[in-house]
Formats: sequence, structure tokens, C-alpha cells
Amino acid sequence: MSERFHDIAVTVNGEEVRERVDARKTLVDFLREDAALTGSHVGCEHGVCGACSVRVDGVVVRGCLMLAVQCDGARVDTIEGVADSDEIADLQEAFVARNALQCGYCTPGMLLTAQELLARGGVPSREQIRTHLSGNYCRCTGYQAIVDAVEAVAQARAGAKR
Amino acid sequence: MKIADDSPPVVSALDRPNSYIGRSVPRPNLARLTRGRAQFVSDMTLPRMAHVAFVRSPHAHARIAAIATAAARKAPGVVAVVTGAELAKVITPWVGVLTHLKGIKSAPQHAIAVERACWQGEAACAVVARTRAEAEDACGLVEVSYEELPAVTDAETALDAGTPIIHPELGDNLTFERVHVAGDPDKGFKDADAVVETTFVFGRHTGVTNEPRAILADWNPGNARLTVYHGTQAPHMMQNLFAKHLGLEEYQVRVVTKDVGGSFGIKVHTYADEMATVALSKLLKRPIKFVADRIESFVTDIHARDHRVKAKIGVKSDGTITAWEIDDLTGIGPYSVYPRTSGIEANQIVNLTGGPYVCSNYRARARVVFQNKNVMCQYRAVGHPIATAVTEGLVELAAAKIGMDPLEIRRRNLIPDDAHPSSGPSGIKFEALSHHEALAHLDAMMNYAGLRAEQKRLRAQGVHRGIGFASFIEVTNPSAAFYGVGGAKISAQDGVTMRLDAQGAIICQSGVTEQGQGAEAVLAQVAASAFGVPIERVRVITGDTDNTPYGGGTWASRAAGIGGEAAWQAGKALRANVLACAASILQAKPEDLDIRNGAVVDRDSGSERLPLHELARIAYFRPDTLPPGFQAELVATRHYVPRAWPFAFTNGVQASYLEVDTDSGIVKLLKHWCVEDCGTVINPQLVDEQIRGGVVQGIGGALFEHCIYDARGQLLNGNMADYLVPMAAEMPDIEVGHVVTPTADSELGAKGAGEAGTAGAPGAVMNAINDALRPLGAKPLTHMPFTPGRILQALGRIGASAPV
Repeated sequence: MSERFHDIAVTVNGEEVRERVDARKTLVDFLREDAALTGSHVGCEHGVCGACSVRVDGVVVRGCLMLAVQCDGARVDTIEGVADSDEIADLQEAFVARNALQCGYCTPGMLLTAQELLARGGVPSREQIRTHLSGNYCRCTGYQAIVDAVEAVAQARAGAKR
Repeated sequence: MKIADDSPPVVSALDRPNSYIGRSVPRPNLARLTRGRAQFVSDMTLPRMAHVAFVRSPHAHARIAAIATAAARKAPGVVAVVTGAELAKVITPWVGVLTHLKGIKSAPQHAIAVERACWQGEAACAVVARTRAEAEDACGLVEVSYEELPAVTDAETALDAGTPIIHPELGDNLTFERVHVAGDPDKGFKDADAVVETTFVFGRHTGVTNEPRAILADWNPGNARLTVYHGTQAPHMMQNLFAKHLGLEEYQVRVVTKDVGGSFGIKVHTYADEMATVALSKLLKRPIKFVADRIESFVTDIHARDHRVKAKIGVKSDGTITAWEIDDLTGIGPYSVYPRTSGIEANQIVNLTGGPYVCSNYRARARVVFQNKNVMCQYRAVGHPIATAVTEGLVELAAAKIGMDPLEIRRRNLIPDDAHPSSGPSGIKFEALSHHEALAHLDAMMNYAGLRAEQKRLRAQGVHRGIGFASFIEVTNPSAAFYGVGGAKISAQDGVTMRLDAQGAIICQSGVTEQGQGAEAVLAQVAASAFGVPIERVRVITGDTDNTPYGGGTWASRAAGIGGEAAWQAGKALRANVLACAASILQAKPEDLDIRNGAVVDRDSGSERLPLHELARIAYFRPDTLPPGFQAELVATRHYVPRAWPFAFTNGVQASYLEVDTDSGIVKLLKHWCVEDCGTVINPQLVDEQIRGGVVQGIGGALFEHCIYDARGQLLNGNMADYLVPMAAEMPDIEVGHVVTPTADSELGAKGAGEAGTAGAPGAVMNAINDALRPLGAKPLTHMPFTPGRILQALGRIGASAPV
């Protein structure tokens, strides 16, 4: 019979978090409850809305579809860590300037997902931006301001490279 | 009236130096939201906090014969298992009726069902445990013995003699009925050269706020105070209701609203689950937290817009509309929701149909019936999306019938811009609207002629594009006419307290609430402008019944128009107080001074006389240096409520340009436009973003969103994989234009803007689809959502009995 509780060690935003967790606990619940990092949000718990998006070993995943035990030994980055590192400062600034967020609930997931696209370089088309963000539900903005912000940052970063 | 795209309106009373009115200033409170450091109620924890999960009825209608809780009580982490009967000793039931909806009736609803569960998903028992997971585990051990009862699940037959009556003591399943006749509709139809008759159906749908409903109730028996952290739109209303039903005084209850992850009206209502949570805190004497998960949200968040409207329009060959008639039937849940009632949506449909137009021959009937489905109540734009789709659908069907351009028929029938004040067919009163200016602006903005040419060219290639319009009116800035007159303790007035702090910054406390729409930013802009400081020197506090003036919160697009006006008046009053103090310090006359950019200045020359921080230092720390007999009063409170008009109606017009794939039935939205007149625009960017968000929310109801029930009253698609919401890939860019017609009922002249997008979008999309498919001989589509299946049926590509 397998164990219900497991000792795991996860590096969250550069800091090691050691906890004994229930095998069924999702990654996002682990982050919110055990690491007390509430910046990643729970919107559906079935992988559709994207509010729980976090980075695991550099890749954006659904925190509600991964178990905490799957992240034993992994590096997890949440919005708090990414924000504190200034990695997406220009994107955050663009979001604020264009009101690309209203209630802010989808915003952490939206920012991490957008950064994933931007990090590939180049200037994606608006259609490409919309497609890349099509797994992040926003009820407030209607998406246009978000697309505008991502497009503007892509152009600025591409311009800065020359 | 002036047409303005991005330039601020010229309104002399507001023309203060360095005014922020009309400027797109970024919102001051956004940084924490982009850094993951917000404070949503769903994020909160308190010492000894426990979580509640509910055992929910799987049946649409069933008697609760017995509840076996022994096994659940022994489960790991369980604090308590509480039935409806046990909780009823702590919290009283409620009835969702108001006196101004004549004849409305409903039955008492308990925090947890006592004798019967009346919809699938209604809570039958509560389990409180140290963690939510443990509470849910223990819910599985609770055994409820249900005796199924026949369920009422079809609004069309709810009033038939053979249908069971859900609440026998009420006599029938009729919640509310309203009949309205104006002018001479019979003559109007007789005089018509063409009559179009059709039935519109609107699929029941729901808000799907990103953050589900969240509440953390903390009853402290030590000081007999209840503190409730609540993702609500109306903290003072909830304060009143928690106190009333728990037998407390209002001053014993504090409701705090922190960041809210979207509301849209979903969070302005009183939910049994939330009332149960506060009652459990009082019973168990510790903090209790409830956050609805998404599956629970679908069966307990209020649903809305479940209407079947038979509609008729009469028109002459010259395009003159001669009569309107509607017969609206809506099936709500088993209870009228409290305290705003579930009669308002239907009432609004009667009020608003035909609203933009001159023709006032009008007959309307609306009936609201109980069903054994989830409860229904006000959701963004309340009734407007339906009334607008019905009205604008009829207008374009009439235009098609007589072979007239859809913009031309509107030009011939919209109330002229110089005909105000005026009223609509139902008697609603309009102060001043700009239907024609808005239409002309839209025509130019979208290059209508160019789009028609493009449509024609592409049709020849077998590409089917459509252009559809929707003129609309929208209720904003509600007076007490909306709820207060019916006996509801819902405040139409609002207040702002503004004070100068010891460093010369201003603190602004307001009874309206922030839901993400930017209320705090708008208040800061108005306060900074009225008083005379840079906006960085303004701190806004909202969402706390202990620390704000008594107010109504956010609903019916009132925060900017009503909350903003209170801030404007408070700013002027505080400026007067501060100038009185400055005058005493400077030995000058107050009327020779002003406050600009954070300093007291000479009014005529603008030269600085005294920085505010210096004035504050003197007033707070060196009052010994002030002239004898003078007391500085560096705080002012002002309230505001609209009095001249029951509602500040706004107006506008929308257009949708789309393409229909006639093989798949899939609609591709190419572009959307909205010209909106919301009076004085305080922050153009925030208005535009409210319109955009509202349009997309309306599109959701038109194309995707539908709470699908089967005949047993089971919700079949209550999750986000099966209930489709608009995502980024399917949405168009939305262009917004403005006309500015300020209201004279306030100095700011601002009306509301939060709901207009949702009001017009479904009608515009519907009309565009029908415009695209009309040349193919398709039956006009009038049944939302316009799924690919329904579109293929209209084209005759699939059979009438295919599931769509």
C-alpha cells in the first residue's frame, strides 16, 4: 500500500520549502497554503482558466493539474518571485499603463504566460498573442488591452535589441 | 452635445487648474495586482480558522427525510456537522420581495435547507473542518435520506393546472406578473404595412467570476462583534442583513471588502451559503471560511437571463415603427433572491423595450415563474441585453421586411436628439440622450459604406459576412426608485469623507467599492481635482463599513456618477475648510486663495503662499500659533444622491462585423464598435475598458454561454470545460467612441458606463449573423446562444431535431 503523506523539498522562488504533504495536494494549493504564496490563484481546479499558472523547471504549467509531490526536487517560480526579480518589469509597466488588468485575478497567470511567449523573441502578431493567451480566462478586460500590452512590449524588446 | 474621442470634455464648473477630469491616469492600486501581492478574501487566513463545505442535494426537488451525521462527526479534522434545522436556531430565514413590485411573492429561504431541497446544488448540511479537504472528505460520510418530489423544470408549463406547485402556500408558481399598455398598440398594428412576429429565446447563463464567491466570517464572543471579510459589492447592505438575521445590532457587524476577483452583479446578492457561514461562525465561536469552488459556483452563483420573449413590431413602408408588443416568460429558481428580488430583470425588460425609439404604442406582459433550478437574479446590465436584443432584433427584421437599410430605419425612428427631456414607451424618463449623434459617429468610425462594399464583394466569392447594429439605453446612477422605495435597505445615496493628513496628503473614504472597474482611481482623480493636490497625494479607502460613510457599494453603474459626485463635493468642502485655516495663518481672505498642486496659492497670480504640509504641521502640532477663537477643521464629509431623475439613462450604439462559416456554423468575430454617451468622462481609458469588457461578456451570452438543464432539473454542463466562456482567441478588437451629454443632476455630470457594453453586444451580434445569412434564405436566428448547431439548422444543413 502506498503512503498517503510524503516529505518533499521544493525550491520556490529560490528558497527551499520542505513539507510533509498529502499525496493528493495540488501544486497550487501547496504554494498557497504551505508556502503562503497567494499570488497564484485558483479559478477552476480543472485546468481550464489558467489562474493557477506557475513555472516548474522553467516551463509554465497548470498548478491545479500538478501534484505537489510531483515537484519534489523541482524549481518552482511563482509571480511573486518573478516580480521581485524584475524579469517582467516592462510587461508589468505596460499592463498598468494600458489597464490590461481590472480585478487582477487572472493577472499573475496572464503575465507568466505572456512572458513565455515574449521570451521566445521576435514580435508575434496579435493573432499569435491571442492564441498563446487563449488558455488564460479573463472576465474583466475582454482581452484587447492585454494583447495591446504584450504587443507593445514585444516591439519594445525587439527594438531594444537592435 | 459634442463628439469627443479622446479629448476631455469642456465643462466649466470642473475647469480647475491641473484637473484630472477627462484624463486617462493609470490606476494607483495596480502595482500589487501585477506582483501577486493582492489581498483577495480567498487568500485570507485567521487564527483558529476552520473551513466549511456543504453537502448538496443531487435532486432538483426532494424532501429531506433524515440526515445521518455520526460518521462525519468522527472524521479526521472535523469540528462540527450542522444541519439546516440546527442552524435555524442561529439565523432566521428571509423572503425576497419588495413592495414596489406589485404582487410579487416568494417563500422563506433558510441558510441551509430544512425540510426540502429545492434545486440541485442547494446545501442540505454543513461540515466544518480544519481544512477544506477534510471538510469535503467528511461530506462524503454524511448520509442524507431524500424523498424525491416532482420537479418543475419547464417555465412554459410552470403555471399549468397539472404542474406541481413548489410552494403550495403561495397558491401557484407565479412569482410576479406585470402588464403594461401605452398608447394604442392595436391601432398601431392595424396601421402597419408590415408586421414581424417572432420569438426570442435567451439561454440561462451566469457570471463565472474568476475568483469564486469568498467569505471569512469571524464572530468574536469576547466583544460580541462579527467581522466579515466578504467579496461583496455592497458591504453596508450585507452589514444590515447579517445583523438582521443573526439578531445583532448593525454596529456589532463590520464588513470588510478587500480585493475582489470580479463581481459583475454576481456578488451583490445574498447567498444561503454565505449566510450559513456567518451563522456557523456565531455558533462555533471561531472564524469560518467559505470559498465556492468552480463546480459549486455553477450550481449556486445566481444564474440570469433565462427568458422566452414573444415579440411583435409593426412598421410602415416608409420605415415608421407603429407598435411594439412583447410577452416575456422567465423561469427563475424556487426562491426570489434576497433582497433585490428576482422580479427586477423581467420588470426591466418591460421598462426598456422600445426605449430608444419614438413609437410609444406598446403592449407588454412579463411573467416570472418558480422552477426547481438554481436561483436567478441581477447580472451585469440586468434585463438590458434582452430588451435591447428584442428591440433591435425586431427593428432589423422589420427593416429587412420592407427592404430598408438598418441604419436608415433607425434614423427615421430614434428619438431626436433635441426632443429631450422625453420618455420611453414604458414611461421611463430621459433627461437628455444623443442617439443620432452616436449613430452618425458610428457610421463614420466603422466606415459603414466601405464594409457594405466589402461584404458584397466577398459574398460573390462565397464568403458570408454580416453587419449588425444595436442602439441601446442603459440605466445608471440609480436613485431610491430602484430599491429603496420597495422597502429594501439598499442605499442609493453615498458619501465621501476627506481629510488632510499631517503631511498634507489627503485620505478619502468612500462607500462605493472597487471590483476592478477602477472606482478607487476615479475617486482619486475627482478628489485630487476638487481639492487641489497631485493624484499621488491621494489615498482612497473603500470597502469597510467601520471606516467609510454609509453607502450603497457598486451596482447599476453608480460608482463614478454617485461616488464621484460625493468626492467632488467633499473635495470642495475640504478645500474651503483648509482655506479658512490658511487665511487665518496668512491673515488673508479665503476668497483670495486657492489650493493648487499641493499648496495654498494666491488665487489670481497662482504664486505659492503656504505648502499644505506646512499648514498641516501648524494646524495639528502648533495650534497655539493660530488666532484665538479659530479651530482648524481639516476634514469634510459630503453625501450625494440623484434627485431630479430616477435613473441617469445613458445611450449608445454598437456594431458587429463577423463572418459565418456555413459549413461548420462557426462565427468569426472580425470587429466590434461601440459609441457610448455616458456624460462627463472622468477617465477615458477606464470607460473604454469597461465597454470592452462588457461587450465581450455580452458576446459570451450570444455565442457560447448556456447553463443547460435536463428535464429532471440537473445542470448538465456545470464546469468550465463544458460551459464555454470567451477566451482571447475568439474575441475581436473593439473600437470605442464617445459623445458627451453631461447630466445636470450633479456638478460632475458623470453618468455610469460599466454595463453598456453588455447591453448592446448580444443584439448587435445576432443582427450581424442574420445579416450574413439572410441572402442564403436562412431562418432568422433568435435563439441564443448562437451555437454552430443552431446556425446549421437555420441554414437547413442539419435537421430540426438534432441536438444543438
